[in-house]
Amino acid sequence: MENQFTNAAYCEFLNEHKLMGSRDKKTGQVFLPPRPVNPANQSTDMEWAELKGKGKLQAFTIVYIAPTAMIEAGYDRKNPYCVGVVKLDEGPMISALVEGVDVTHPENIKIGIPLRSKFVERGDAETKKTLLAFEPV
Amino acid sequence: MSPKKLARGVALVGAGMSKFGSFKGKSSRDLFVEAYVEMLESVEKGIDPTMIEALYVGNYSSDLFEGQGHIAPIMASWTGLSPLPAVRVEDACASAGVALREGILAVASGMYDVVLVGGVEKMTDLATEKVTDTLATAADVQYELPAGFTFPGFYAAMATAYMNDFGATPETFMKVGIKNHFNGSMNEKAQFGAKISTLMEARRASAAKKGLPVPEWDDELEFLHDDRANPPIAWPMRLYDCSPISDGAAVVLLVSEDIAKKFSDTPIYVAGMGQASDGALHDRDTLTSIPAAKLAGEQAYKMAGITPAEIDFAEVHDCFTIAEIIATEDLGFFEQGKGWQAAEAGDTSRDGKKPINLSGGLKSKGHPVGASGVGQVVEVWKQLLGKAGDRQLQRKLKYGLTHNVGGTGQTCVVHIFERRG
Repeated sequence: MENQFTNAAYCEFLNEHKLMGSRDKKTGQVFLPPRPVNPANQSTDMEWAELKGKGKLQAFTIVYIAPTAMIEAGYDRKNPYCVGVVKLDEGPMISALVEGVDVTHPENIKIGIPLRSKFVERGDAETKKTLLAFEPV
Repeated sequence: MSPKKLARGVALVGAGMSKFGSFKGKSSRDLFVEAYVEMLESVEKGIDPTMIEALYVGNYSSDLFEGQGHIAPIMASWTGLSPLPAVRVEDACASAGVALREGILAVASGMYDVVLVGGVEKMTDLATEKVTDTLATAADVQYELPAGFTFPGFYAAMATAYMNDFGATPETFMKVGIKNHFNGSMNEKAQFGAKISTLMEARRASAAKKGLPVPEWDDELEFLHDDRANPPIAWPMRLYDCSPISDGAAVVLLVSEDIAKKFSDTPIYVAGMGQASDGALHDRDTLTSIPAAKLAGEQAYKMAGITPAEIDFAEVHDCFTIAEIIATEDLGFFEQGKGWQAAEAGDTSRDGKKPINLSGGLKSKGHPVGASGVGQVVEVWKQLLGKAGDRQLQRKLKYGLTHNVGGTGQTCVVHIFERRG
């Protein structure tokens, strides 16, 4: 079996502004990130599935000490960012940047708020890549 | 299914550790030798080092931290133990706990009678942001890091979920830090072996010396709420919620149960152990518990034939203060969602009913990531034998537990140790 559910393929879809997971053809369970094997039944009979990008915030933090990649994107102690875990309507959870929330008042950011996906472009023409992010509906 | 058992019993007869801290000019091998020599001296009836048949070394990332790969044979060579088989074990911050498990399995298998297990990490040569990046490689680099997660960030996110579900506040976490620094103030090996109140006074004194306005803090909590004294790292985790960047090594000596009394009249026996793995944080059914830790704990209790109530004290993986609270629930010491109340009530303090992290924990003692799992065992060994000095728990101790987590719970390993008689 050639595994098509690779991170490279997932990122290629993100570049096209598509949020793609995998779906177990028999049970219909959807996985994001896309998985080649369903851990519930070990099935490898999977297909690509596009997600609507709607979900709810499950957990979050405001990062002040940023990793190198985020520092390069302009974030630091004075310009912190929100990252969270989002539960998609289709079932799976995913880690993503959360934009459009007030990072200066984290106590006001409520778990459970509805979010929708957006696609954030990083890098110049040569290093361009698209990241998954969310924002409040 | 009947509980898993070791094919034969395994005992600890020696333990040692370097001081944990930031040591310019000391590499991992230098720290490992310090821990090793202390271990040799700790063996009650002595040990001829040529009896040691194999070495298992936990190490997370000497490659990135020191530019040195393939360190197990180096540790064997510098302890004078070549040509014994030397194996490096890497499971992020659980590396040493897993190395210990591999060493126990090797003795239990009958292959070896005497095995050296250690852990080592040299982290402070790199700048903080590079350390952050290196630690972050223990997460899912493809699907978690592009989101901007850091390790403090992951645990901070678990903290927000926990606060939302159960009602804890950032102050709850601060109280865990205060408790662990208090414990660590009695540990001469600790990197930040000072009470928060002592650190607070030191900061005031430093301001006065520099002729700056001297900050007024009524108590430790007010100090910890001050953004300048205790800056947020990943809200709600602040500086004093996070374990430090550390250098250090720890070593224990394992022998088969049938020869243990040749080395000590009071060997410490391996009563139970467990290990489990998991996917990324977002792949789990819960963000307020670490399922692999729960499973590892259940396996260990089952093997030991005891319940969580019978554990006298534990060293748990408090890489962040929230992690200690979750650990005490995952290990069954407190009900899920009640661990924060137990922490606030003092149940996990030295004189509480379930003392947690008597050593000061990773928070105060330091967290040389690949060494921490064995560092925890050194503390349990000392406490069970009454060798913990000023911080010795003054009660009869039979069972001590260690809980070592890699990543956000992608690897968890639990051991239960027993003093008989």
